[in-house]
Amino acid sequence: MSGVKGDAALLLLADSRLPAGGHAHSGGVEEAVRRGAITGTGDLARFLRGRLATSGLVAAALAAAACELAVAELVLETGTQTGTQTGTDTGAETGAETGAETGTGTSGGRDRAARPPGGSADGTGGTDGLTGEPAAVWRLLDAEADARTASPAQRESSRTQGRLLLRTARRMWPSAALDALVRAVPEGPHHSVALGAAAASAGCEPLQAALAAAYASITGPATAAVRLLGLDPVAVHRLLADLAPALDETAHAACAPLTGAVPLGTEPDNGPDNGPDNGPDNGPDNGPDNGPDKQPDEGPDEDPGAELGQEFGAEFGAEFGANPGERGGTWQAGWRALPGHSAPALDLLAEGHLTNPAKLFVS
Amino acid sequence: MGAHHDDVHDPAEPHGRALRLGIGGPVGSGKTALVAALCRTLGPTLRLGVVTNDIYTTEDADFLRRAGVVDPDRILAVQTGCCPHTAIRDDIAANLDAVETLEERFGPLDLVIVESGGDNLTATFSRGLADRQIFVLDVSGGDKVPRKGGPGVTSADLLVVNKTDLAPMVGADLTVMSRDAAAVRDGKPVLFTSIREDRGARTVAEWVTTMVDVWLHQHGEPHHHSAPSPHTATAP
Amino acid sequence: MASGAVTARALIRTEAASGGRTRLETLRSDPPLTLRQTGPRRVHLVSTGAGPLRGDRLDLAVDVAPGTSLEVRSVAATLVLPGLADTPSVMVVRARVGAGAALRFTPEPTILAAGCAHRLVVRLSLAEDATVFWREEIVFGRHGERPGRGHARFDATVAGRPLLRQDLLVGEEAVDGSPAVYGDARCVGSTLLAGPAWAPPDEPDAKRERRAFVGDGWAALPLAGPGVQVSALGADAVELRERLRRGEEAAASLPPPGTPPDPPPGPPCGPPDVAPDAATAGPSTVA
Repeated sequence: MSGVKGDAALLLLADSRLPAGGHAHSGGVEEAVRRGAITGTGDLARFLRGRLATSGLVAAALAAAACELAVAELVLETGTQTGTQTGTDTGAETGAETGAETGTGTSGGRDRAARPPGGSADGTGGTDGLTGEPAAVWRLLDAEADARTASPAQRESSRTQGRLLLRTARRMWPSAALDALVRAVPEGPHHSVALGAAAASAGCEPLQAALAAAYASITGPATAAVRLLGLDPVAVHRLLADLAPALDETAHAACAPLTGAVPLGTEPDNGPDNGPDNGPDNGPDNGPDNGPDKQPDEGPDEDPGAELGQEFGAEFGAEFGANPGERGGTWQAGWRALPGHSAPALDLLAEGHLTNPAKLFVS
Repeated sequence: MGAHHDDVHDPAEPHGRALRLGIGGPVGSGKTALVAALCRTLGPTLRLGVVTNDIYTTEDADFLRRAGVVDPDRILAVQTGCCPHTAIRDDIAANLDAVETLEERFGPLDLVIVESGGDNLTATFSRGLADRQIFVLDVSGGDKVPRKGGPGVTSADLLVVNKTDLAPMVGADLTVMSRDAAAVRDGKPVLFTSIREDRGARTVAEWVTTMVDVWLHQHGEPHHHSAPSPHTATAP
Repeated sequence: MASGAVTARALIRTEAASGGRTRLETLRSDPPLTLRQTGPRRVHLVSTGAGPLRGDRLDLAVDVAPGTSLEVRSVAATLVLPGLADTPSVMVVRARVGAGAALRFTPEPTILAAGCAHRLVVRLSLAEDATVFWREEIVFGRHGERPGRGHARFDATVAGRPLLRQDLLVGEEAVDGSPAVYGDARCVGSTLLAGPAWAPPDEPDAKRERRAFVGDGWAALPLAGPGVQVSALGADAVELRERLRRGEEAAASLPPPGTPPDPPPGPPCGPPDVAPDAATAGPSTVA
């Protein structure tokens, strides 16, 4: 944890008392209880740990990505650091230079700030989505969340929570980024995306956004289990305390793909599969970077499929219709590699819950 | 935030939107019956929307839809995760979302009724959600209830005491209830009714109509949130 | 030591022949990743030798040219074994399906034997109106044994837009036995049915998703994009396949009437796995 600014805002954002509708969602616990899959604290502990490792990690990564995008967007649009007022009334007085000085260190923030909106003739090939319409870039990130949420019940619940959070966050921390997100996804962005954007607007950094998302992924279900099963609330909070190290690890793992994931000035013709970064260290003899005791999937793996494009010629590396030169293409390239850890049981629980007419929770 | 501030940041901004009326009260006091009665009486003249807060089922919403007193699409059910008071007082996000969804879909509306899930005497609506609120008691809970007070009894804009037809059977003294209520309500109105006998809840409907008229006078006609739609409330 | 590690590459490429037919333009493979043509548009993976073992690296590339169709199957399950190397075994499948083309990819399950470490990477790139039927089954160890470690990553895009991005982890403490992930299942599987027939309605109600079909241990999940994912858990490979089939049948019935799916390579490729006739599951058949 960076331990600098944003910590207090993070507490507000993660607080279960934040009036953003979270209390009405059990994250699959209600259906798991109904089916007898959770009967006590032992089951609940395993449920929470698995939830954190899957949908918690994915939500954390998406929240971090959204925070990174929103921070960059706030810098660009307002010329100031996060948490300021909307761009229309602050941009003129502060100017882009201020933004450059207060850049957060997220990749490229200051470069973006200094770049005139819409400018693309400066050698970047126009791949910087932020010089285009922010709404388009937000939609791309929201689509990445869609692709990681196979269950329609979970997408619906995520969008509902995202919409409610956005409603609350826009009044608490008004910002151009949140306005842009509402315009981009009027039906409601995924909760993780809204959370990341809200975190940025509150002055948090991507790691803090990731932590808030990971935290929310288990505390809501834990509280629901207390209500549904009459569990000892202290015993359940003991479970959460035991998971605290895993929460930290999850937040860090979620941010790992972001570091340098938005490379400015890389070759726009190559997707990440085929990019110049996939050098000789990625050859077939090396395989993934894992030692014998390392988990085979830790961190942002390099892409084992990287060099295969040569087999087909260069064109095979590119996806159909992919146009890295389009707005948001560079961001999108970084987002592809974000984790997508799925939990089939959660999918089944979410869909089963939807068909149950008698229930206390929305999801 | 200056006066020029974009009002999208303040969904509670009253200008140009419907009056939001909260209806709360203990389980079984007749909240849903009152909502149905109001829809029956007001439907022909007002553009309505209804949000229910069911606890465990969608029974209240289903009841209203079956009652045929309002276009079923204009009834939205909110699930509250065990805690009805939370959803109307502490974290009103889901209810606000439902209200605004109705306004987007069917706006402009004159009146949106938000019915709370049955709860205890401490439950009241947040001012961020309801502009006016009605608290519904019934005589079978005992004639001491108004004396016991609680925020719902003391602060609601209107206290309705329902099921007066049962008073003789349960030994409730309406005079005592009326006197006790007046004592704790500082002059705010109390109405006695039996919705079973008066299916239109005429006196309550008159009070609501007045509130809507005052609201429109103070805050102007509702804006057109979407394309103007004709009044489609069905009143078979 | 990874000195005995194997690296193998295989490539299947189709081309459109006269009369709208499909011809196998390239079929190239190295042992132990051996390909054999078993029908006009069908190829079987014939594993020669055991494995993969740790350190092995297998690449399969599939390029389905516009307007052609292809079916890829395997003759037997893949048993992933521990081996001596430090690095995991890696299987990479990259597939590109061109405009109007259809690919059916239904290999037998991958079994993660105790002590293995396996990485499976699938990259599936579809043209706007390509059709795909793609099944993946993972078995957590041979009978009675604890599974090795596995990580499967699946990426599917349609015209460059993400359709499905998923990681499945097996053999990790956090997910094993979690009621949120696999419960007490010993197998996990999924089938992606993608193509224009499964496109969401043009103007969906933004606040309401298409409904899933749910059964005992399976669900057919309409994706946000043009596809349905059937997801299933099972106690063993037989139960898993049975549940996937039920979900696949339900998914086949999901497209709105009037937009018949471009049939995946069916009769010309030999007996299809799924009889597309019986759409038995209803929307709420939760056991």
